[in-house]
Amino acid sequence: MTAAGLAAQGTSASLVATFNGKGVGLVATGAWIAERAAELETIVDDAAARYQTARSIDIDLARLDRLDTFGAWLIERLNRAFTARGATTRIIGLSESDRGLMDEVRLVNKTAGQNAAATNDILVALDSIGRAVAEIGASLVLLAHLLGALTMTVLGTIAHPARLRLTSLVHHLEKVGWRAVPIVALSTFLIGAIIAQQGIFHFRTFGAEVYVIDMVGILVLREVGVLIVCVMVAGRSGSAYTAELGSMKMREEIDALRTMGFDPVEVLVLPRIVALVIAVPLLTFIGSMAALYGAGLVCWLYGGMTPDIFLARLREAIWLPTFAVGMIKAPFMALVIGLVACVEGFEVDGSAASLGLKTTSSVVKSIFLVIVLDGFFAMFFAAIGM
Amino acid sequence: MASNTAVISVRDLSVGFGETAVLDRASLDVFEGEILGFVGGSGAGKSVLMRTIIGLLPKRSGRIEVFGTDLATVNDEELRAIERRWGVLFQQGALFSSLTALQNVQFPIREYLKLSPRLIEEIALAKLEMVGLNANVRGKYPSELSGGMVKRVALARALALDPDIVFLDEPTSGLDPIGAAEFDALIRTLQRTLGLSVFMVTHDLDSLHTVCDRIAVLSEGRIIATGTIETMLASEHPWLKSYFRGKRGRGVHH
Repeated sequence: MTAAGLAAQGTSASLVATFNGKGVGLVATGAWIAERAAELETIVDDAAARYQTARSIDIDLARLDRLDTFGAWLIERLNRAFTARGATTRIIGLSESDRGLMDEVRLVNKTAGQNAAATNDILVALDSIGRAVAEIGASLVLLAHLLGALTMTVLGTIAHPARLRLTSLVHHLEKVGWRAVPIVALSTFLIGAIIAQQGIFHFRTFGAEVYVIDMVGILVLREVGVLIVCVMVAGRSGSAYTAELGSMKMREEIDALRTMGFDPVEVLVLPRIVALVIAVPLLTFIGSMAALYGAGLVCWLYGGMTPDIFLARLREAIWLPTFAVGMIKAPFMALVIGLVACVEGFEVDGSAASLGLKTTSSVVKSIFLVIVLDGFFAMFFAAIGM
Repeated sequence: MASNTAVISVRDLSVGFGETAVLDRASLDVFEGEILGFVGGSGAGKSVLMRTIIGLLPKRSGRIEVFGTDLATVNDEELRAIERRWGVLFQQGALFSSLTALQNVQFPIREYLKLSPRLIEEIALAKLEMVGLNANVRGKYPSELSGGMVKRVALARALALDPDIVFLDEPTSGLDPIGAAEFDALIRTLQRTLGLSVFMVTHDLDSLHTVCDRIAVLSEGRIIATGTIETMLASEHPWLKSYFRGKRGRGVHH
């Protein structure tokens, strides 16, 4: 190989057969290099098939211009194809510079052919379903495990309040609470406005426009306010928690904490989850108010109901428990989002792909669990008549 | 074994970030078929020079020629042709974490050459075996490999396309002395069998003693000395003296 080797790439490569009394002679010519490997593979496989009956084969490399690992391996493959059928082969005319390379490839790929046996598609499908079910079980166990560890840490912190990391808590509170206010307020405002507009549009056909206020009031305070906030928080803060903890896990930061005698649950999980448990009810309150404001605005501008009418009607439609239902649910949902985010973060292993995977699954799982939890709350509140 | 043809030729190269100038008119040659050891203090800009040659950092002025072609004048296609002829081993291995060891080695082959899946697999396995790994690592992900194995897989990937030049950024850092010595021997063997030119950034005095044909020293943004290890040991330059003959040096005075 020379510095001006780019030009050599144009050289062709071939394998010419000669016959003598005893057997076949194969003469390799040209450049047996990576760029020609595709055509060389066909040449080599053809030769192996064509001369499969030959008992003695000489492979002559004296006329090679260049040889690299690709070419050397293909010659070795040809050699092995013949010897596997019991033929005697000799490699002749090997230049001094190529000898090391040929010796090297002679040692490789001895254990080839360990490709997995063909598998049954149905079995593969059953296998993946089984694994998925087992994974769901395992992730619920992990969730319970972290909940337990968190409870112990909370009890420990109550006994020794100085162990609470206040700086960290305030930092997370700012990130997940304060900074989420604008986007949460804006989205819930729009949701309130849309519900009101749709309500007025459809209720108008049977003259029940005024009941839109009842609908908006109950829907927003009991369900929509808290759900929209939880979806926003899961997407915004849950994913951030998972990514933060996951990359800390990847860089062994969590192991470092542990070896220094710190409990990762106390240092990392507790401030994050406590911040969420405080922030989500506050955001729910802000979100519900913004949604009602949006609804009121639409009722006024689109439905022709003045703010006075809106407020009077709202006062009749809702009572304190309507508001309490939404607010009671909020901290529990925050807990679920925080737990799922932290569990997924700790589950990240070394690869970048797993960080992405776990962040996605953190968001998907926490939103799903929030909805499931909301269902249980609905049954519970119905049972106690709230 | 080393010829007089320069495969890499750097002339008056200046590189800087903002106010700070890291390289100030540095000049360096790497000759065909040699292993050049490139040393300098931490933060002196060794990696910066390497990264500038391979095009990861922009230069302020100067000229970089690889295979006799000025890299400033080539178009994208020519640059790809040149890039295909060098392999880079990054300090941390830089293996793709979502691919297995075997897939990491297959990746450049698959992208650059249109070969049958069987041949790609065989060549990739051959490369893994050539760097001293056995076929069991093929299905392992980088996170499941030890530091030494990561370096070997990364070297196999750097060698995947049979390059003419290999850049090694601190190949033995993070390896134990036995592993480092094995890695040095491996680089030497591969360099001989494949006829490589090697540009090796290193801090490892043992590597400099055992495998490097020539050594270049970077200090204060310039190449202050080039030559064999004997030249370095004989030099009276204060920095070279403390580097090669300091407490951690070896050889001349025990």
